[in-house]
Amino acid sequence: MRDDHLWTLLLVFVPMSLLSIGGGGSILAPMYHQTIEVHGWLTPREFIDLFAISRAAPGPGATVVTLVGWKVAGWTGALVASIAIFLPSSILCFVAARVWNRYRGTRLHGALERGLAPVGTGLLFAGAIAVLRAAETGPLGWVIAAAATALLVWRSMHPLPVLFAGGTLYMVGTRLIA
Amino acid sequence: MNDQPHPPSEDKATITRISLSEIFLLFFHIGSLSFGGGLIAWVYREVVERRRWLTQAEFLGGLTLAQVLPGINMANMAVYIGQRMRGIGGAVAGLVGLLLVPFFAVIGLVSIYAQLGTSTTLQSFMDGLATTAVGLFASVGVKSLHTSATGLIPVAVIAAIVVMVGFLRLPLIPVVLGLATLSVAIAWHRGAADA
Repeated sequence: MRDDHLWTLLLVFVPMSLLSIGGGGSILAPMYHQTIEVHGWLTPREFIDLFAISRAAPGPGATVVTLVGWKVAGWTGALVASIAIFLPSSILCFVAARVWNRYRGTRLHGALERGLAPVGTGLLFAGAIAVLRAAETGPLGWVIAAAATALLVWRSMHPLPVLFAGGTLYMVGTRLIA
Repeated sequence: MNDQPHPPSEDKATITRISLSEIFLLFFHIGSLSFGGGLIAWVYREVVERRRWLTQAEFLGGLTLAQVLPGINMANMAVYIGQRMRGIGGAVAGLVGLLLVPFFAVIGLVSIYAQLGTSTTLQSFMDGLATTAVGLFASVGVKSLHTSATGLIPVAVIAAIVVMVGFLRLPLIPVVLGLATLSVAIAWHRGAADA
Protein backbone atom coordinates (compact mmCIF):
# COMPACT_ATOMS: atom_id res chain seq x y z
CA MET A 1 0.00 0.00 0.00
CA ARG A 2 2.78 2.37 1.01
CA ASP A 3 4.84 1.52 -2.07
CA ASP A 4 1.76 2.03 -4.22
CA HIS A 5 1.42 5.53 -2.80
CA LEU A 6 5.05 6.35 -3.59
CA TRP A 7 4.63 5.20 -7.18
CA THR A 8 1.41 7.16 -7.51
CA LEU A 9 3.17 10.27 -6.17
CA LEU A 10 5.80 9.86 -8.89
CA LEU A 11 3.18 9.24 -11.57
CA VAL A 12 1.24 12.35 -10.53
CA PHE A 13 4.11 14.81 -10.01
CA VAL A 14 6.72 13.86 -12.65
CA PRO A 15 4.40 14.83 -15.56
CA MET A 16 3.40 17.98 -13.66
CA SER A 17 7.09 18.88 -13.28
CA LEU A 18 7.58 18.66 -17.04
CA LEU A 19 4.41 20.62 -17.84
CA SER A 20 4.65 23.32 -15.20
CA ILE A 21 5.23 26.12 -17.70
CA GLY A 22 5.13 29.48 -16.00
CA GLY A 23 6.30 28.22 -12.62
CA GLY A 24 4.65 26.92 -9.47
CA GLY A 25 1.34 28.73 -9.84
CA SER A 26 0.54 26.85 -13.03
CA ILE A 27 0.40 23.42 -11.34
CA LEU A 28 -2.20 24.43 -8.76
CA ALA A 29 -5.26 23.77 -10.89
CA PRO A 30 -4.20 20.26 -12.01
CA MET A 31 -2.85 19.53 -8.52
CA TYR A 32 -6.21 20.36 -7.00
CA HIS A 33 -7.84 17.99 -9.49
CA GLN A 34 -5.36 15.12 -8.92
CA THR A 35 -4.97 15.26 -5.12
CA ILE A 36 -8.63 15.82 -4.27
CA GLU A 37 -10.82 14.60 -7.10
CA VAL A 38 -8.75 11.74 -8.60
CA HIS A 39 -6.80 10.25 -5.67
CA GLY A 40 -8.75 11.52 -2.66
CA TRP A 41 -5.54 12.23 -0.74
CA LEU A 42 -6.83 15.53 0.61
CA THR A 43 -10.08 17.31 1.29
CA PRO A 44 -10.46 20.80 -0.26
CA ARG A 45 -9.99 22.17 3.27
CA GLU A 46 -6.65 20.35 3.69
CA PHE A 47 -5.48 21.46 0.25
CA ILE A 48 -6.06 25.11 1.17
CA ASP A 49 -4.26 24.66 4.50
CA LEU A 50 -1.22 23.09 2.83
CA PHE A 51 -1.18 25.79 0.17
CA ALA A 52 -1.27 28.53 2.81
CA ILE A 53 1.49 26.86 4.85
CA SER A 54 3.74 26.51 1.80
CA ARG A 55 3.28 30.21 1.09
CA ALA A 56 4.03 31.25 4.67
CA ALA A 57 7.25 29.20 4.69
CA PRO A 58 10.48 30.33 3.03
CA GLY A 59 11.35 29.09 -0.45
CA PRO A 60 9.36 28.48 -3.60
CA GLY A 61 5.61 27.93 -3.19
CA ALA A 62 5.94 24.58 -4.96
CA THR A 63 6.93 23.09 -1.60
CA VAL A 64 3.17 22.52 -1.31
CA VAL A 65 4.01 19.34 -3.27
CA THR A 66 6.41 18.32 -0.46
CA LEU A 67 3.48 18.65 1.94
CA VAL A 68 1.16 16.54 -0.22
CA GLY A 69 3.84 13.81 -0.20
CA TRP A 70 4.21 14.17 3.55
CA LYS A 71 0.45 13.83 4.05
CA VAL A 72 0.31 10.74 1.81
CA ALA A 73 3.37 8.80 3.01
CA GLY A 74 5.31 10.68 5.71
CA TRP A 75 8.99 11.60 5.30
CA THR A 76 9.54 9.18 2.40
CA GLY A 77 6.50 10.62 0.66
CA ALA A 78 7.77 14.17 1.19
CA LEU A 79 11.15 13.26 -0.32
CA VAL A 80 9.68 11.32 -3.26
CA ALA A 81 7.15 14.06 -4.09
CA SER A 82 9.85 16.78 -3.86
CA ILE A 83 12.20 14.87 -6.17
CA ALA A 84 9.30 14.17 -8.56
CA ILE A 85 8.36 17.86 -8.86
CA PHE A 86 11.87 19.40 -8.89
CA LEU A 87 14.23 16.92 -10.57
CA PRO A 88 12.70 16.30 -14.05
CA SER A 89 12.28 20.02 -14.84
CA SER A 90 15.76 20.72 -13.43
CA ILE A 91 17.39 18.14 -15.70
CA LEU A 92 15.54 19.66 -18.64
CA CYS A 93 16.66 23.15 -17.61
CA PHE A 94 20.27 21.98 -17.22
CA VAL A 95 20.33 20.59 -20.76
CA ALA A 96 18.54 23.66 -22.12
CA ALA A 97 20.97 26.04 -20.38
CA ARG A 98 23.86 24.44 -22.27
CA VAL A 99 22.28 24.80 -25.73
CA TRP A 100 20.44 28.08 -25.08
CA ASN A 101 23.31 30.42 -25.98
CA ARG A 102 24.09 28.61 -29.20
CA TYR A 103 20.63 29.37 -30.55
CA ARG A 104 20.33 32.95 -29.32
CA GLY A 105 19.02 35.27 -32.02
CA THR A 106 17.68 32.48 -34.23
CA ARG A 107 14.11 32.19 -35.43
CA LEU A 108 13.37 29.12 -33.28
CA HIS A 109 14.66 30.88 -30.14
CA GLY A 110 12.34 33.82 -30.77
CA ALA A 111 9.33 31.70 -31.68
CA LEU A 112 9.59 29.57 -28.53
CA GLU A 113 10.01 32.63 -26.35
CA ARG A 114 7.05 34.50 -27.85
CA GLY A 115 4.82 31.44 -28.26
CA LEU A 116 5.18 30.11 -24.71
CA ALA A 117 4.86 33.47 -22.95
CA PRO A 118 1.02 33.69 -23.20
CA VAL A 119 0.71 30.04 -22.10
CA GLY A 120 2.67 30.87 -18.94
CA THR A 121 0.60 33.97 -18.20
CA GLY A 122 -2.67 32.09 -18.73
CA LEU A 123 -1.59 29.34 -16.34
CA LEU A 124 -0.74 31.87 -13.62
CA PHE A 125 -4.28 33.29 -13.77
CA ALA A 126 -5.85 29.81 -13.99
CA GLY A 127 -3.96 28.85 -10.81
CA ALA A 128 -5.24 31.95 -9.03
CA ILE A 129 -8.82 31.09 -10.00
CA ALA A 130 -8.45 27.45 -8.89
CA VAL A 131 -7.31 28.50 -5.41
CA LEU A 132 -10.02 31.12 -4.98
CA ARG A 133 -12.67 28.60 -5.97
CA ALA A 134 -11.28 25.92 -3.65
CA ALA A 135 -11.03 28.32 -0.71
CA GLU A 136 -14.73 29.22 -0.97
CA THR A 137 -13.97 32.51 0.69
CA GLY A 138 -16.80 34.42 -0.93
CA PRO A 139 -16.62 38.04 -2.12
CA LEU A 140 -14.32 39.07 0.78
CA GLY A 141 -11.65 36.62 -0.45
CA TRP A 142 -11.84 37.87 -4.03
CA VAL A 143 -11.57 41.48 -2.84
CA ILE A 144 -8.53 40.73 -0.66
CA ALA A 145 -6.84 38.75 -3.45
CA ALA A 146 -7.48 41.59 -5.91
CA ALA A 147 -6.18 44.18 -3.42
CA ALA A 148 -3.04 42.09 -2.78
CA THR A 149 -2.46 41.77 -6.53
CA ALA A 150 -2.84 45.54 -6.97
CA LEU A 151 -0.44 46.31 -4.10
CA LEU A 152 2.19 43.92 -5.46
CA VAL A 153 1.90 45.16 -9.04
CA TRP A 154 1.61 48.92 -8.62
CA ARG A 155 3.36 49.54 -5.31
CA SER A 156 5.91 46.69 -5.65
CA MET A 157 5.49 45.96 -1.94
CA HIS A 158 7.39 43.18 -0.18
CA PRO A 159 5.08 40.14 -0.27
CA LEU A 160 5.48 39.14 3.40
CA PRO A 161 3.68 42.11 5.02
CA VAL A 162 1.00 41.90 2.31
CA LEU A 163 0.45 38.20 3.13
CA PHE A 164 0.08 38.74 6.84
CA ALA A 165 -2.07 41.87 6.44
CA GLY A 166 -4.38 39.91 4.12
CA GLY A 167 -4.61 36.98 6.53
CA THR A 168 -5.42 39.27 9.45
CA LEU A 169 -7.93 41.33 7.46
CA TYR A 170 -9.74 38.20 6.35
CA MET A 171 -9.81 36.80 9.90
CA VAL A 172 -11.24 40.04 11.31
CA GLY A 173 -13.61 40.41 8.35
CA THR A 174 -15.17 36.97 8.74
CA ARG A 175 -15.63 37.60 12.49
CA LEU A 176 -17.48 40.85 11.87
CA ILE A 177 -19.74 39.20 9.29
CA ALA A 178 -20.45 36.21 11.57
CA MET B 1 30.35 15.94 -4.36
CA ASN B 2 32.18 15.07 -7.54
CA ASP B 3 32.74 17.99 -9.86
CA GLN B 4 32.90 17.29 -13.57
CA PRO B 5 35.50 19.10 -15.67
CA HIS B 6 34.13 22.06 -17.61
CA PRO B 7 33.74 21.96 -21.33
CA PRO B 8 36.46 24.11 -22.93
CA SER B 9 33.93 26.68 -24.17
CA GLU B 10 33.11 27.65 -20.57
CA ASP B 11 36.68 27.73 -19.36
CA LYS B 12 36.72 31.36 -18.32
CA ALA B 13 38.67 32.67 -15.36
CA THR B 14 35.55 34.10 -13.72
CA ILE B 15 33.87 30.71 -13.87
CA THR B 16 36.66 28.58 -12.44
CA ARG B 17 37.19 30.93 -9.47
CA ILE B 18 33.80 30.27 -7.95
CA SER B 19 33.64 27.29 -5.60
CA LEU B 20 30.77 24.85 -5.25
CA SER B 21 30.37 25.83 -1.61
CA GLU B 22 29.93 29.49 -2.64
CA ILE B 23 27.13 28.49 -5.00
CA PHE B 24 25.55 26.24 -2.38
CA LEU B 25 25.73 28.90 0.34
CA LEU B 26 24.28 31.65 -1.86
CA PHE B 27 21.19 29.60 -2.70
CA PHE B 28 20.96 28.21 0.84
CA HIS B 29 20.80 31.83 2.04
CA ILE B 30 18.18 32.82 -0.55
CA GLY B 31 16.10 29.70 0.12
CA SER B 32 16.13 30.26 3.89
CA LEU B 33 15.32 33.95 4.05
CA SER B 34 12.90 34.51 1.21
CA PHE B 35 9.50 34.40 2.84
CA GLY B 36 6.47 34.87 0.63
CA GLY B 37 8.21 35.00 -2.72
CA GLY B 38 10.25 37.69 -4.43
CA LEU B 39 13.21 35.31 -4.70
CA ILE B 40 14.21 36.52 -8.16
CA ALA B 41 14.93 39.99 -6.77
CA TRP B 42 17.33 38.45 -4.22
CA VAL B 43 19.15 36.48 -6.90
CA TYR B 44 19.58 39.55 -9.09
CA ARG B 45 21.04 41.59 -6.24
CA GLU B 46 23.53 38.91 -5.22
CA VAL B 47 24.57 37.42 -8.56
CA VAL B 48 24.63 40.53 -10.77
CA GLU B 49 25.09 43.56 -8.53
CA ARG B 50 27.18 42.27 -5.63
CA ARG B 51 29.11 39.19 -6.80
CA ARG B 52 29.17 39.98 -10.52
CA TRP B 53 29.02 36.34 -11.55
CA LEU B 54 26.78 37.25 -14.48
CA THR B 55 26.25 40.37 -16.56
CA GLN B 56 22.76 41.84 -16.67
CA ALA B 57 22.22 40.40 -20.17
CA GLU B 58 23.29 36.93 -19.04
CA PHE B 59 20.96 37.16 -16.09
CA LEU B 60 18.01 38.22 -18.26
CA GLY B 61 18.75 35.40 -20.71
CA GLY B 62 18.67 32.91 -17.84
CA LEU B 63 15.50 34.41 -16.44
CA THR B 64 13.73 34.06 -19.78
CA LEU B 65 14.90 30.47 -20.04
CA ALA B 66 13.77 29.71 -16.47
CA GLN B 67 10.32 31.12 -17.20
CA VAL B 68 9.81 29.61 -20.63
CA LEU B 69 10.85 26.11 -19.57
CA PRO B 70 8.62 23.99 -17.36
CA GLY B 71 9.59 23.94 -13.71
CA ILE B 72 9.64 26.27 -10.74
CA ASN B 73 11.24 29.51 -11.94
CA MET B 74 13.55 29.82 -8.94
CA ALA B 75 14.71 26.20 -9.13
CA ASN B 76 15.42 26.65 -12.84
CA MET B 77 17.33 29.84 -12.07
CA ALA B 78 19.48 28.01 -9.49
CA VAL B 79 20.19 25.28 -12.07
CA TYR B 80 20.99 27.86 -14.79
CA ILE B 81 23.38 29.88 -12.62
CA GLY B 82 24.98 26.76 -11.11
CA GLN B 83 25.47 25.32 -14.60
CA ARG B 84 27.05 28.53 -15.91
CA MET B 85 29.45 28.69 -12.97
CA ARG B 86 30.48 25.08 -12.41
CA GLY B 87 28.65 22.69 -14.75
CA ILE B 88 26.71 19.80 -13.27
CA GLY B 89 28.24 20.17 -9.79
CA GLY B 90 27.22 23.81 -9.69
CA ALA B 91 23.67 23.02 -10.78
CA VAL B 92 23.31 20.39 -8.03
CA ALA B 93 24.85 22.73 -5.42
CA GLY B 94 22.43 25.54 -6.39
CA LEU B 95 19.32 23.37 -6.43
CA VAL B 96 20.05 21.51 -3.17
CA GLY B 97 21.07 24.77 -1.47
CA LEU B 98 17.83 26.43 -2.53
CA LEU B 99 15.53 23.63 -1.37
CA LEU B 100 17.17 22.30 1.80
CA VAL B 101 15.74 24.72 4.38
CA PRO B 102 12.30 25.10 2.70
CA PHE B 103 11.88 21.29 2.70
CA PHE B 104 12.21 21.06 6.47
CA ALA B 105 10.51 24.40 7.13
CA VAL B 106 7.19 23.46 5.48
CA ILE B 107 7.07 20.11 7.26
CA GLY B 108 7.87 21.85 10.55
CA LEU B 109 5.11 24.40 9.96
CA VAL B 110 2.52 21.81 8.98
CA SER B 111 3.30 19.83 12.16
CA ILE B 112 2.80 22.91 14.31
CA TYR B 113 -0.38 23.71 12.41
CA ALA B 114 -1.73 20.17 12.95
CA GLN B 115 -1.59 20.73 16.72
CA LEU B 116 -3.34 24.09 16.57
CA GLY B 117 -5.67 23.21 13.71
CA THR B 118 -8.89 23.05 15.73
CA SER B 119 -8.91 26.80 16.35
CA THR B 120 -11.40 28.47 14.04
CA THR B 121 -9.56 31.79 14.35
CA LEU B 122 -6.35 30.19 13.06
CA GLN B 123 -8.33 28.37 10.37
CA SER B 124 -9.77 31.67 9.22
CA PHE B 125 -6.33 33.32 9.29
CA MET B 126 -4.97 30.49 7.11
CA ASP B 127 -7.87 31.00 4.68
CA GLY B 128 -6.97 34.67 4.49
CA LEU B 129 -3.28 33.83 3.94
CA ALA B 130 -4.13 31.47 1.08
CA THR B 131 -6.45 34.02 -0.46
CA THR B 132 -3.84 36.77 -0.23
CA ALA B 133 -1.15 34.47 -1.64
CA VAL B 134 -3.25 34.25 -4.79
CA GLY B 135 -2.18 37.87 -5.23
CA LEU B 136 1.50 36.79 -5.30
CA PHE B 137 1.26 34.89 -8.54
CA ALA B 138 -1.68 36.86 -9.95
CA SER B 139 0.64 39.89 -9.69
CA VAL B 140 3.34 38.00 -11.60
CA GLY B 141 0.64 37.19 -14.17
CA VAL B 142 -0.29 40.87 -14.49
CA LYS B 143 3.37 41.93 -14.81
CA SER B 144 4.03 39.22 -17.41
CA LEU B 145 1.23 40.61 -19.62
CA HIS B 146 3.76 43.18 -20.83
CA THR B 147 5.75 40.49 -22.61
CA SER B 148 3.02 37.92 -23.29
CA ALA B 149 -0.07 39.89 -24.39
CA THR B 150 1.47 41.32 -27.54
CA GLY B 151 -1.46 40.88 -29.92
CA LEU B 152 -4.87 39.37 -30.48
CA ILE B 153 -3.65 35.78 -30.79
CA PRO B 154 -1.55 35.78 -27.58
CA VAL B 155 -4.49 37.32 -25.69
CA ALA B 156 -6.77 34.59 -27.09
CA VAL B 157 -4.27 31.94 -25.91
CA ILE B 158 -4.20 33.47 -22.41
CA ALA B 159 -8.02 33.60 -22.29
CA ALA B 160 -8.33 30.01 -23.56
CA ILE B 161 -5.97 28.73 -20.82
CA VAL B 162 -7.79 30.69 -18.10
CA VAL B 163 -11.19 29.34 -19.17
CA MET B 164 -10.15 25.75 -19.92
CA VAL B 165 -7.81 25.16 -16.97
CA GLY B 166 -9.10 27.68 -14.40
CA PHE B 167 -12.86 27.50 -14.86
CA LEU B 168 -13.61 24.26 -16.74
CA ARG B 169 -10.78 22.34 -15.00
CA LEU B 170 -9.91 20.43 -18.15
CA PRO B 171 -6.81 18.23 -17.86
CA LEU B 172 -3.61 20.29 -18.04
CA ILE B 173 -1.50 18.09 -20.30
CA PRO B 174 -3.55 18.08 -23.53
CA VAL B 175 -4.62 21.71 -23.06
CA VAL B 176 -1.06 23.00 -22.56
CA LEU B 177 0.51 20.80 -25.24
CA GLY B 178 -2.17 21.77 -27.76
CA LEU B 179 -2.19 25.50 -27.09
CA ALA B 180 1.61 25.77 -26.68
CA THR B 181 2.19 24.04 -30.03
CA LEU B 182 -0.35 26.30 -31.72
CA SER B 183 1.05 29.43 -30.08
CA VAL B 184 4.70 28.63 -30.95
CA ALA B 185 3.72 27.73 -34.53
CA ILE B 186 1.96 31.10 -34.94
CA ALA B 187 4.94 32.92 -33.41
CA TRP B 188 7.20 31.04 -35.88
CA HIS B 189 5.15 32.19 -38.86
CA ARG B 190 5.00 35.74 -37.56
CA GLY B 191 8.77 35.63 -37.15
CA ALA B 192 8.99 34.77 -40.84
CA ALA B 193 6.66 37.65 -41.69
CA ASP B 194 8.70 40.10 -39.61
CA ALA B 195 11.99 39.01 -41.15
